[in-house]
Amino acid sequence: MPTLTYRDALNHALREEMARDPDVFLMGEEVGVYQGAYKVSRGLLDEFGPMRVVDTPITELGFAGVGIGAAMVGLRPVIEFMTWNFALLAIDQLVNNAAKMRYMSNGQVGVPAVFRGPGGAALQLAAQHSQAFESFYAHVPGLKVVMPATPADAKGLLKSAIRDDNPVVFIEGEMLYNLKGEVPEGEHVVPLGKADVKRAGRDVTIVCHSKTVAVALKAADELADDGVEAEVLDLRTIRPLDTEAVLASVARTHRCVVAEEGWPFAGVGAQVVDTIQREAFDELDAPVLRVTGADVPMPYNKQLEKAAKVDPAKVIAAVHSVLYRD
Amino acid sequence: MAGTAVPRPRTRRRGLDAERAEEYRGWLRQMILIRRFEEKAGEAYSLGKIGGFCHLYIGQEAVAVGSLAALRADDYITCSYREHGHALARGLSPRAVMAELFGKAAGTSGGKGGSMHLFDASLGFLGGHGIVAGHIPLATGMAFAIKYRNTDQVAVCYFGEAAVNNGAFHEALNMAALWKLPVVYVCENNRYGMGTALERASAIYDISERACSYDMANEVVDGQDVLVMHAAMERAVERARADKHPTLLEVRTYRFMGHSMSDPIHGHYRTREEVEDQRKRDPIAVWSQRLIEEGIMDQAGVKALDKEIVDEVEDAYRFADEAPEPAMEELYSDVYKES
Repeated sequence: MPTLTYRDALNHALREEMARDPDVFLMGEEVGVYQGAYKVSRGLLDEFGPMRVVDTPITELGFAGVGIGAAMVGLRPVIEFMTWNFALLAIDQLVNNAAKMRYMSNGQVGVPAVFRGPGGAALQLAAQHSQAFESFYAHVPGLKVVMPATPADAKGLLKSAIRDDNPVVFIEGEMLYNLKGEVPEGEHVVPLGKADVKRAGRDVTIVCHSKTVAVALKAADELADDGVEAEVLDLRTIRPLDTEAVLASVARTHRCVVAEEGWPFAGVGAQVVDTIQREAFDELDAPVLRVTGADVPMPYNKQLEKAAKVDPAKVIAAVHSVLYRD
Repeated sequence: MAGTAVPRPRTRRRGLDAERAEEYRGWLRQMILIRRFEEKAGEAYSLGKIGGFCHLYIGQEAVAVGSLAALRADDYITCSYREHGHALARGLSPRAVMAELFGKAAGTSGGKGGSMHLFDASLGFLGGHGIVAGHIPLATGMAFAIKYRNTDQVAVCYFGEAAVNNGAFHEALNMAALWKLPVVYVCENNRYGMGTALERASAIYDISERACSYDMANEVVDGQDVLVMHAAMERAVERARADKHPTLLEVRTYRFMGHSMSDPIHGHYRTREEVEDQRKRDPIAVWSQRLIEEGIMDQAGVKALDKEIVDEVEDAYRFADEAPEPAMEELYSDVYKES
């Protein structure tokens, strides 16, 4: 199995889906001539031409709406946001148009579109460029929210998202683009709505997604040295949430920590905890704890930024706490 | 300027073509249908049979009728939330539209869309949309799809003059001009965005000039004359269909009623005299008089037509009133499509 970066895995998914279906096109800022702000679309303009790899002005609301309109009449656009921070300018289009069209039209008009780009913090990009918005979009009925953590999932989930008949918010990680991993060639499709056990363990479940998967795996390694076997459950899709997988893991471990990059208030973890307390109350040996980004706009200073982010030490501390080892 | 009427663009009076008499009568029929339908909707709203917001189209009938008559069956149409008239002019049945306003299962969206969200995909009628200017990029995307597929369809987008101050309008028009998309933007300048007069909201008075920023063809149209409206739309549609160029039409019209059913007809923002003055150019009176003058119809014929339409609207009302409510399980249908 070839080893690819997360970036190239996304590139392969785009290339394969565009070759498979002439209705699929890519639109966004710098996707064509520049070859992609993060080089995800490298080579696609040469291969598919300017009608299918469309450079746009810096006008997120506008081109998101253009994509939705094209999808309403049957095309399957992949709309790239240079980052999800900029996509806030387009949130009206995603929430009021993409998410609701099928319902408002009683099933007559769907929006089979993918909106993708990097979310979350990178390094020292400060408050306006370091935000995790998955809970915003996951709040909205009509949208699906997908967040791959590995190159293989990046490829398989993007292919599924493009083939899905619903609007899909596909949030990548800026810090993940260089991550390498084995990726199956050709028809590798990962279904939406299925979580994945990235590491099995019997003592505690760490629920995570996107960038916090690597954090949780690192924490699990260190915990193993300490005799604690942590199960790392990667949600992969935030909406629809794979509650079955969460509950099954908690039934095995009876303890749970939920890690996410975003802010704590009304975050993804809050939804996971709600599910666990309703459906698995009797399984729990300790209250579920959450590890989140700090409840502040992201500071620029390196030390302060580090303090604001989720890291293995914070996850380990939470695990010790649910094991009553602190 | 507040309280003054919208100056009409100068238009040459064109002769009527006797061979098109049937089409001309059809336009009158559609305009009266919209008027009587809206009057009945207003009545039903007052009786509590229609809920939520209900924005009537009375006074603007010639715009939808004249412009939609210039389209083909395979063209795409998007509208704002004041779209009952466009839906009827496009051929959605009065029964289905009224049933939607009543929230019934037989409505155009099964009762789940309501007054502001009428759809009929089979007629290319792709929505009433409730966010001012939010649908302008959608129509632009439909035009993009037309170009992508290399067909000769046209996308048409209706919105009020208040929408042109919104970023979505500018972002969309820039891309339409940049990419040469076959789209016609029909700005229905009815002079008020809710209660705010045009000159209290826009730095420039002539909306059509907004197109100049994007080097886009534009025209000011008298929206109270269905013939003038139709001719202008034919030019714009031809420009889109044949030349693949977008157009902005600024159509000067007037809203005879309040912004929605919950608003007064004039209130604090315009005078009774202004409304009465504008009502003198009622588009239905203008067109029926013209047809009588030119001998295409007579007074008795207009009266008989009106009677026939009143009966049709009564039928739609009865149908909607008696139609069943949606099944409760519809609450959760069509949120997602199962792939």
